[in-house]
Amino acid sequence: MSARFVWQMAVREARAARRRLLLLTASVTAGTGALVAVNSFADNLTASVAEQAQALLGADLSFRSRAPLDSSARVSTILDSLRTALGDRAAVAHSASFTAMAYLEGSGGTRLVQVRTVDPGWPYYGAIETAPAGTWPRLQDGAVIVDPSLLAALDARIGDTLALGEARYPIAATVVNVPGDVGLQEAFGARVYIATATVPSTGLLGFGARVRYETFVKLPAEVDAQSLAEGFRPTLREDRVGVRTVADDRDDLTDGLTRLANYLGLVALAALLLGGLGVASAVQVFIRQRLDSIAVLRCLGATTRQVFAIHLIQALAMGLLGSVIGAALGIGLQMVMPLVLADFLPVDVVIRPSWRAIALGVGLGVWTAGVFSLLPLLGIREASPLATLRRLADPPRVRWDGPRLVAVLLLVTSVVALAAVQVGSLVQGAWFAAGVGMALAALWAASLLTVRAARRFTPARWSYLVRQGLANLHRPGNQTVTVVVALGFGAFLLVTLFAAQHNLLRDFRVDSDEERPNLVFIDIQTDQRATVREALATEGITNATFVPIVPMRVLEVDGRRVSDILGRGRVYEDTTATPEGEDAREGSMWAFRREYRSTYRAALGGSERVTLGRFYGDTVTATGRTAEDPAPISMEAGVAGELIVGVGDRITWDVQGVPVYTVVTSLREVEWARFEPNFFVLFPPGVLDRAPQTWVTLARVTDPTVRGRLQRVLAERAANVTSVDLGQVQRALEQVLDRVILAIRFMALFSLATGAVVLVGAIATSRWQRIREGTLLRTLGASRRQVLRILGVEYAALGVAAALVATVLAGGAGWALSKWVFETRFTLPLVPMTGLALGLATLTTVVGLWSSQDVLDRPPLEVLSREG
Amino acid sequence: MLVAESLGHDYLSGGQRLTVLKDITFALEPGGFLAIVGPSGSGKTTLLGLLAGLDRPTRGRVLLDGVDLGALDEDARAIVRRDRVGFIFQSFQLIPTLTARENVQVPLELAGSPDAAAVADDLLARVGLARRGHHYPTQLSGGEQQRVAVARAFSTRPRILFADEPTGNLDGANGHTVVDLMTSLNEEFGTTLVLVTHDLQLAALAKRTIRLADGAMVSDTTR
Repeated sequence: MSARFVWQMAVREARAARRRLLLLTASVTAGTGALVAVNSFADNLTASVAEQAQALLGADLSFRSRAPLDSSARVSTILDSLRTALGDRAAVAHSASFTAMAYLEGSGGTRLVQVRTVDPGWPYYGAIETAPAGTWPRLQDGAVIVDPSLLAALDARIGDTLALGEARYPIAATVVNVPGDVGLQEAFGARVYIATATVPSTGLLGFGARVRYETFVKLPAEVDAQSLAEGFRPTLREDRVGVRTVADDRDDLTDGLTRLANYLGLVALAALLLGGLGVASAVQVFIRQRLDSIAVLRCLGATTRQVFAIHLIQALAMGLLGSVIGAALGIGLQMVMPLVLADFLPVDVVIRPSWRAIALGVGLGVWTAGVFSLLPLLGIREASPLATLRRLADPPRVRWDGPRLVAVLLLVTSVVALAAVQVGSLVQGAWFAAGVGMALAALWAASLLTVRAARRFTPARWSYLVRQGLANLHRPGNQTVTVVVALGFGAFLLVTLFAAQHNLLRDFRVDSDEERPNLVFIDIQTDQRATVREALATEGITNATFVPIVPMRVLEVDGRRVSDILGRGRVYEDTTATPEGEDAREGSMWAFRREYRSTYRAALGGSERVTLGRFYGDTVTATGRTAEDPAPISMEAGVAGELIVGVGDRITWDVQGVPVYTVVTSLREVEWARFEPNFFVLFPPGVLDRAPQTWVTLARVTDPTVRGRLQRVLAERAANVTSVDLGQVQRALEQVLDRVILAIRFMALFSLATGAVVLVGAIATSRWQRIREGTLLRTLGASRRQVLRILGVEYAALGVAAALVATVLAGGAGWALSKWVFETRFTLPLVPMTGLALGLATLTTVVGLWSSQDVLDRPPLEVLSREG
Repeated sequence: MLVAESLGHDYLSGGQRLTVLKDITFALEPGGFLAIVGPSGSGKTTLLGLLAGLDRPTRGRVLLDGVDLGALDEDARAIVRRDRVGFIFQSFQLIPTLTARENVQVPLELAGSPDAAAVADDLLARVGLARRGHHYPTQLSGGEQQRVAVARAFSTRPRILFADEPTGNLDGANGHTVVDLMTSLNEEFGTTLVLVTHDLQLAALAKRTIRLADGAMVSDTTR
């Protein structure tokens, strides 16, 4: 094969067919752009996390626990030994984080806030920015620094007094930037910073308070925090104390953010694969148009391989060009990514071009162009040199021989590999590829049905203009299937997102159901029940029920001590299993480590049902005081799985130092999305009644003024009681979900953009045929308006077909997501889905008509003389 | 030497087998000039396609310089065409995306000629298109396009040239010019010429004429 000839021909032909090949170029541009934007942003994010890692922790090392750290003898010993060994060169700061009610003295406004206490000197690395600047040290003078949103919510100003429990704090400043905090945290309660030394005066951290304690350690530069932490970790795990270092934080953050970017990248990859379909379509049409020239080349002695190589080079070159343009677009687009993802980012991202991401994006773009063009390029083999002598009556038969099967195999393997590279997992890559493949296959099948329906069921009584428009859908050489698949795929992604969002949020909507409580009071001490009941009664709520909550930890599971399990860091269903060789089911450490807040009652709630075993009911006599007399309990099926327990297994609980022996008699499925008092573990009455406990109660208060008044009264009379406005929680969840979906939707738009490119390409491929038909119609007396209406009908039909197919498929995908992923009931979001379908039909019609101006503007004589 | 031995050819059309050539046998010496004539549908173009190795015969053999074209696969036949055969078509068959000069260069480059551009320029000058080399086919008249096709056909000095109705799409003056070019180059390079035409005046220029009717050879006359 003469390489020089092949190269020269590829260059010459590409030069003259620039416009047609540009469609191929444009097909991969959007997908590559999206990929480069996501991956480049991910690289920048990783680099920024690495650069700012020390500031994220604010220290070299930290110990975290749900119990006060000074209650752990091991932690105290470690801190003492560090102080002894390092003297002044080590520094220690204590912190606690908890939620509480804050109210503004004077106005009486109340808000749920996230309190964080800090010691002097912290953070040891990085700086917390405040407004006014430099006021952070004033915390230690007894002031409070708050999120700006709290000032807005309480209509407060700097200098006003904020009440937290029994303590009063002057507001010294607002927080501008805290390293490591993500913006979305604020949605669940404004951040409030106070000095650790002032916590006792609040009276907030009584029995049952949910607090996360943390001790920060600053070490001299020569001490390796990581190896120090590795030494402590196993023993501290037994005390349920976690150890974190700068490297841990950096790795965890990098992993999490990379995973987020990888999944967003999958949506971008979907756009690129769709572009691949555009490439295949463009190449197929290009080859069809080039068949005469190919026949001449073959006639003059060019071999199949030479002609194939000429066109493959062109496809790759155009893919390269499209990818390079896409990469440039992606570099620009990554500037937008922080705006889309700002609320999830714990670091300030420094935007710079990532050569790795650019190379990966361009590589994937070129590969996609090459792989998707292979099948249509193989059609070159069927081009006969005989076509130079006569127009062949029958189109060449497609041979499903070795090369074609290899091309299909390469295509499938490539899609799996591209997805695996993007998501970093072969299995997930394969699932993604299968999902995309199924969606495309369904779109393809539905498109074929559309074409057939247009051919068979167009009523003869309809006007000629409509019939002609619909007939264009099944004209010889039509691109209906390609356009419906391409447009439909982008729309399918968007509508699926709408459906998922709608169904996820529906169950959280407390405002939509007149009966559902919208206010929860938690951490009520036993002796505060009367106060709370009285406050509720004052507002006309007399039917409030109080649910007991008993905090406890798991002590033993089927004879295995949890401290041993936590010390080892792993546990398997089979006690003989080892981390190296065993594939038995592994338990989750969080389930063994966590504090359980259980309740006791004799009946199931409305949002739970037993899935296995028998619920204990109201005739239990067991006390749980000895191993021989275990109390029956009901466990939520999910957490039972994490603890590797089932019906019949025994669990010993540590209830404030007292062992309580239980046996699992039933497993339950719980609808967590319903804001009701739901629990992992249910005990029968009589076992925990005397254990230290707090109470929770729920109420439905529709008037926001009454809600605010009730919260304020309780903040004054029972300061430690936290009242949660579920409406606010619902809005916070909506805000989080909106942000997540905005990011995915942003990427999905690239698919729609690619679909539009494919549409323009499809119109361009049949341009001459349309011009000829339009001209003929005009010569026969049709007005421009009538020709326009024929085209309008065709494009609107294409858009409606794509929208319908996408909506039906998205309905199916949304149902599947609701059933198997979100585990909630499914309803169709009719309004947004209809809006999107209409939008797509309009977009298709507008783009179609805009691309068809030639049909209306060409003088008939010019076209007819060319025909002659 | 070109030899046709009991050539026959069938087509499948609408599921039915149509016989378009029956039992054609003849031999053509190197440097000869053969015209194949006959009415439309008599099988002239099919015969040309088989003789040039553009298709395989259903029956019989075509031997070009002793090589049985029917025994070769498509790519091997392409190489035979590249090395030994030139073509001129009724509809010119220039590659629209290449300039006139590049069209002439194609067979030379396929053959690996190092001075394709110079040869192409020389041939274009000889057909009177020295200054039109950078024009695309759509920028040339029909006569000019056919002259480019003639230049391309002779560019590799083929041993045999097949011409299918070379003047069919041209007016009288342009037709004469093209025929003059073909015959003069034929004489200069000693190329065998096989011409398919229904133009009896053009056929009269050939030294030998084969007449077809309904796919069968009805006469073979030599002047």
